[in-house]
Amino acid sequence: MDKCIACGECAEKCPKKVTDTFNAGLAKRKAIYVEYPQAVPLKYAIDAPNCIYLKNGKCGFCAKVCPAQAIDFEQKEKTVRLQVGSVILAPGFSAFDPQKLDTYQYSQYQNVITSLEMERILSATGPYHGHLVRPSDKKEPSKIAWLQCIGSRDINRCDHGYCSSVCCMYAVKEAVIAKEHSPVALDTAIFYMDMRTYGKEFESYYQRAKDEKGVRFIRTRVHTIVENRETKDLSLRYVDENGKALEETFDLVVLSVGMETSKELAAFAGRLEIELNADNFAKTDCFSPVKTSRDGIYVCGAFQEPKDIPYSVMEASAAACWAEADLATSRGTLTKTKTFPVEKNITDEEARIGVFVCNCGTNIGGIVNVPAVAEMARTLPGVTYVEENLFTCSQDSQDKIKDIILKKGLNRVVVAACTPRTHEALFQETLRDAGLNKYLFEMANIRNQCSWVHSKEKDEATAKAKDLVRMAVARTRLITSLGQPTISVEPSALVIGGGIAGMTSALGLADQGYAVHLVEKQERLGGIALGLLNTWKGDNVPEKLAEMTKRVTTHSLINVYTGATVKASTGFIGNFETTLSVKGSDRLLKHGAVIVATGAQEHVPQEYLYGQNNRVLTHLELDRAISSDDPRLPAADAVAFIQCVGSRESKRPYCSKVCCTHSIKSAVRFKKINPEAQVFVIYRDIRTYGQRELLYREAREKGVIFIRYDLERKPEVKNDGDRLAITVKDHILGRDIEIHADLLILAAAIVPRDNEVLAQMFKLSCNSDNFFNEAHAKLRPVEFATAGIFLAGMAHYPKPIEESIAQAAAAASRAAVTLSKDRITVEGVVSYVKEFMCRGCGECERACPFNAISVQETDKAMLAAVVKEALCKGCGMCAVACPTGAASVHHFDDREVLTMVETAFEY
Amino acid sequence: MNAENPQNVQGSVMVVGSGIAGMQTALDLADSGFYVYLVEKSPSIGGVMAQLDKTFPTNDCAM
Repeated sequence: MDKCIACGECAEKCPKKVTDTFNAGLAKRKAIYVEYPQAVPLKYAIDAPNCIYLKNGKCGFCAKVCPAQAIDFEQKEKTVRLQVGSVILAPGFSAFDPQKLDTYQYSQYQNVITSLEMERILSATGPYHGHLVRPSDKKEPSKIAWLQCIGSRDINRCDHGYCSSVCCMYAVKEAVIAKEHSPVALDTAIFYMDMRTYGKEFESYYQRAKDEKGVRFIRTRVHTIVENRETKDLSLRYVDENGKALEETFDLVVLSVGMETSKELAAFAGRLEIELNADNFAKTDCFSPVKTSRDGIYVCGAFQEPKDIPYSVMEASAAACWAEADLATSRGTLTKTKTFPVEKNITDEEARIGVFVCNCGTNIGGIVNVPAVAEMARTLPGVTYVEENLFTCSQDSQDKIKDIILKKGLNRVVVAACTPRTHEALFQETLRDAGLNKYLFEMANIRNQCSWVHSKEKDEATAKAKDLVRMAVARTRLITSLGQPTISVEPSALVIGGGIAGMTSALGLADQGYAVHLVEKQERLGGIALGLLNTWKGDNVPEKLAEMTKRVTTHSLINVYTGATVKASTGFIGNFETTLSVKGSDRLLKHGAVIVATGAQEHVPQEYLYGQNNRVLTHLELDRAISSDDPRLPAADAVAFIQCVGSRESKRPYCSKVCCTHSIKSAVRFKKINPEAQVFVIYRDIRTYGQRELLYREAREKGVIFIRYDLERKPEVKNDGDRLAITVKDHILGRDIEIHADLLILAAAIVPRDNEVLAQMFKLSCNSDNFFNEAHAKLRPVEFATAGIFLAGMAHYPKPIEESIAQAAAAASRAAVTLSKDRITVEGVVSYVKEFMCRGCGECERACPFNAISVQETDKAMLAAVVKEALCKGCGMCAVACPTGAASVHHFDDREVLTMVETAFEY
Repeated sequence: MNAENPQNVQGSVMVVGSGIAGMQTALDLADSGFYVYLVEKSPSIGGVMAQLDKTFPTNDCAM
């Protein structure tokens, strides 16, 4: 493997073609292959069961043509024994195979595909290079249908009662992206049962898809697909909500397949002796959501329950947190730190620039004339080397760039490719490996800012790409090496909020050996969970909460401050100084990280007679009534629940996520206490995602009646003597019905707390619904954009206990990455002040969004601005605000920036 | 028994699977001082996310 240079000669010559599973079976690959062009490691592998040589000793073409002698047919499977302190299982899922269902004729009809095949069709590295065509005739489709719940929520045909949680959202995404890809006015329709867009920003994406993009949503289950034998078009037959039989023809049908645990994985779990639940997912409980039944073995991702990327990432960090706590005493005993060669001093050298122009598969190369851009780059002053790559970001390209830097004596590098946001760090590391300072690097974004936005104008896109490269090269001639100061780290954390999330974070860090200051505004720890009875899996919340509270209050490394608020905070990652107000007196704390876990609260409904009739309760009031043995509950003959009270409306467009499960859990409870009671759930979409779906099924089996309503026609509630009269239009009967209920439970929205003060103090941002914004929705779900500050629980978005706990443990794990270091390195792109030009006016201080620059008295008793480098993000606001030109940003000073502007106008 | 590590706990973790979850857990562990064995069945890491075209709500390239 070390010898392979990924030149691809072997695959070129290999005579054996096999189905390409990476492309979901839509293409062929060779028996020697890499899965995809950016694969890590980028090394060719032999698919042994399909290799002619390995099967019958003949062929061996690959070994003959390999220029690196990297092919060794003698390699045998080896057994390796590892001694480890902990095991974390992240084996993922298998996509449901729709061949098992004859309704959809997946194996017979070519234009019936799975959602994973659709992903590959849409992808630039896919079988059709991102060109949206259908498999049968490679024709551009003009109508595509998505069928939801294939292999999910179905116990009749596939024994998967659970909901796969992610399919609604990916179908909406695929429909939107397909419309963007299609050169024709594409018609898209999603056939669904309940639209489960319950995650952060999901509901608004769904509404935009419907209202702005024109994706059609049809609530039904398609019962038959018939193929036209000549055209290969597909006719879908279904019954609509009014009971009318309908038929519509589509060019392409996408089956939104669910997630399952494969037989092999279940057998593997058996060998590890961990318990699985009835649906073959790893058994966990709500209060330890990533702990398997066996000590020391943790689980994360879709093997725990079907879930999306952010929650998989959270659980992954949570599993790391608990494994780190188990192994805390041996931290650092087996690791080594990566070292880089000594940096070359290039101060007195002439610029020797290498330019690498990326095709990004066809993302750039399909639009921009890459050879022409490279040709132009060769003519630019200072450029000594130019190369084109299919993927400049691939691992073999890094090795090559490093090699070229050394061989050609390059002292600066320009990569013309995608965005520095995702790839700058990778290339900078390559420079460091080659002994260059990482700031001797520049990117020209000829993808996101060129080929993507000018995909219809190829010539103009090429001209623009040339301009961008010329500008980047002109600037690169001027850039210099920058130093990166290091700062010390105070190995303790401040956790704001003493609910379940805050306590979990505190324990996660304290169990790893870090001191924690836990601040709670109320007199008592527990937060909103103090009002909850049990989880949907049946865990007793008061008991678990008491256990957790006791662990927190008795932990030697946790200082609990109740009745306390955060008054002020200064400092930066590794070195915060925070003043608490504890029962009226101030207390100053030093800490290296902050975790914000301030929770959320229940909305106070303004409708359905809430506050006017005491038979109308919210969820929290219902739980309180149950725990105080309210006599009205067992006596109730009829109980109704109304869903989405204050959620999914224009004022509060998001889904509150937890209410469907809470209502249905409570509905089942009423039925268990009094099977004769009539229980109604009046809903818009039932969003019992994952295995919560089993609760929904149980409720239906127990006779709970579900009635759907539309936002345009909400139910009406009136007083009716001792009872309540609820009028709602029944979609199945097609007319208004009146329900008489003894109790009405409102699924009131979860609303954010007043996050404004903390947001100001720590410079954090909130989304339009006033929940805190994480740094990246998918990949950094527990971090803020400001370094050293983390986010957990409902302050991020409404979520059930198990997800709050996973996110809180994840925040602890991410904070521990900082706290485990003696010193951390600060970025070199920071602002600086030329003191002799500064007149101390303070414009920069007012402009800085990060509190990184302030006017201070100098030793010459003058006023001048001073930069705290550890806080500075290099945004340049101070440089813009400065009236004298005293403030500048390293790497982006006037000369470096204005040269680019001048170059843009040169031709 | 290791002198630096009186309880003789191994400072290493095996992570099975190298999709987005496996990679994140491996990074957290390695970044805070634990040796990680990342075990993957297929020839490259990345899992299913590498097969996806784009991710919502930002429509970022999944790669």
